[in-house]
Amino acid sequence: MSTESSSTTARTSRMSFGQRVAALPKPVKIGLLILAAVFAYALPLLEPPFISPPGTDFGGVLFTVTIYCIVALGLNIVVGYAGLLDLGYVGFYAIGAYTAAILTSFHANWPLLLALPVAVLASTLSGVLLGWPTLRVRGDYLAIVTLGFGEIIRLVAQNTEWLGASKGISQIAKPSGASLFEIPHLNWDSGVPLLDFNDTTKFIEFGVLDQIPYYWLGLTVVILVLFADRLIKDSRVGRAWEATREDEDAAELMGVPTFKFKLLAFATGAFIGGLAGALYASRQGFINPLSFLLLFSILFLAAVVVGGQGNRWGVLVGAFLVAYLPERFRDFSDFRVLAFGAALMLLSIFRPEGLLPPRRTVRARHAQHDIEALEEGTEGEDAPHV
Amino acid sequence: MHRMSDDKPTTAGTPARVLEIDHLTLKFGGLTALDDVTFHINEGEILGLIGPNGAGKTTCFNAITGIYAPTSGAIVFGGSSIAGRKRHEIAKLGVARTFQNIRLFKSMTALENVLVGADAQHTTGMASALFRLPKHRREEREGHERAMELLRFMGLDRVPDELASNLSYGDQRRLEIARAMATNPKLICLDEPAAGFNPAEKAQLMELIRRVRDQGFTVLLIEHDMKLVMGVTDRIVVLEFGKLIAEGAPAEIRDNPAVIAAYLGVDEEDAS
Repeated sequence: MSTESSSTTARTSRMSFGQRVAALPKPVKIGLLILAAVFAYALPLLEPPFISPPGTDFGGVLFTVTIYCIVALGLNIVVGYAGLLDLGYVGFYAIGAYTAAILTSFHANWPLLLALPVAVLASTLSGVLLGWPTLRVRGDYLAIVTLGFGEIIRLVAQNTEWLGASKGISQIAKPSGASLFEIPHLNWDSGVPLLDFNDTTKFIEFGVLDQIPYYWLGLTVVILVLFADRLIKDSRVGRAWEATREDEDAAELMGVPTFKFKLLAFATGAFIGGLAGALYASRQGFINPLSFLLLFSILFLAAVVVGGQGNRWGVLVGAFLVAYLPERFRDFSDFRVLAFGAALMLLSIFRPEGLLPPRRTVRARHAQHDIEALEEGTEGEDAPHV
Repeated sequence: MHRMSDDKPTTAGTPARVLEIDHLTLKFGGLTALDDVTFHINEGEILGLIGPNGAGKTTCFNAITGIYAPTSGAIVFGGSSIAGRKRHEIAKLGVARTFQNIRLFKSMTALENVLVGADAQHTTGMASALFRLPKHRREEREGHERAMELLRFMGLDRVPDELASNLSYGDQRRLEIARAMATNPKLICLDEPAAGFNPAEKAQLMELIRRVRDQGFTVLLIEHDMKLVMGVTDRIVVLEFGKLIAEGAPAEIRDNPAVIAAYLGVDEEDAS
């Protein structure tokens, strides 16, 4: 024990930011998280210059960011934890969106609150139905099958009158809000932040012009999903997912019903994807098959991979970058794909595990250094067999 | 759960049979990997399974642990047939194994590896984990206690938070055994646990295998090293080209002309 603590103190000097955060006492960590959450909620009201994108509604952009965050967290369970490459995640997103659209506008007049659970249930069910036959294949095959799934969902929507065909569905229900009070925004025009009582947000009214309440809704869902993710990951379920990702056969022989857990990962991912889709449809008020192109599956996956698959904070960063940067630099949107490709290449060269790799890989690299240092000292002590 | 006390002696008299392999035949296309093999393992013994390369030892392991379904014959474990059952069900029933080439969960810590083993007997699902129900908390606590106990037993308690891939070769081998023990099995199958060990490490391993047995586990051991097998096992079964050619106490096996022939690769006529 004493040797351990002395070595950790020796190591503090070259601890990374993540490690230093992890080493903070628990109340401090909780306090910091609450501060971060409060700041996140207040962000669209603060309208900080430069961060707030010019010309577009900051609240709307932030809402898109939260949708990407939810999707990235869901996809991270499938790809990052369970190691199942899913290239058709937009399919679940579409099913959630279409279910909400049909129930609240096209074929029925349900309130959103009632349609939301059904939408989530429908996408979860589709995850189980897709996973049941396909999770028996591995790796590349699974990627191809899911790729097909995403496209099939879109093409079905495109060609079915009952689903609005290519015209899409409009007038999707918004959440029922209540206008309790008004919150003023900050105005930075004079260089110093001033309260601007002409520019206010009604708490909490889901209107057409002011997107901020949607952002608050999205952010709340992100936080809930984060909590759930943490609770699940740190349990038998999370360990079973990781074991399956690491070595499926060994996991199976250690008593892990791998198929069941892969299906569970798929269903959980579909649940979260469907939730994001339904929220998106509600904010947008209008969806058509073009909202669910293959490109979105790739963007979602990019968010997970760029951020660092397997690390929930990493994928949030990835989602933020993928959703926010193109909005912030709209003027250069013609170069969007070019910039994206260049960024991915740079990333794979300099941070092959993503911007924020899971702590295990970070830790492993440190341990690797230690082992190398040790081996230089005591040659052959722990040398692997020949 | 409480097998750590070292006071349980090996059972004497007529022990119960943990595993019975009855006329087991396994064919891959035209190749017969196992041909009408029959043997059994008594409770609390260490049974050695030996034979030249390609004799069908690992195939036999794979049939027992459910990787292959037998072409014909029966595998009876604890009184019920396990032939053709799912691998994780067999593991849950009480057959655990290690692998010839180490197959740990590399990017999980030593402790997590053992916890995955302990989870075999747990049933916490999504709801329990999500709402932190009492079942989750009880199983987590029991699992952690058992896992740390096993890590201590294997001398790995100094590195519980180290990634499995960062452990030394010997530690990885021991961690595999700890993980297998954590599933709370009746029978542990060790597939060449001494591969790549030097003589000193082999001696330690022999001692370790005995201690595993003394905790109440039954051990089935595949091993190439004759000295290790002779030193540690109670009985030995010899396979050659998928056939059982000898069975008995180590001393009998040592002097069995068929076994000598199989290992030295000469005809029986020439050897006698």
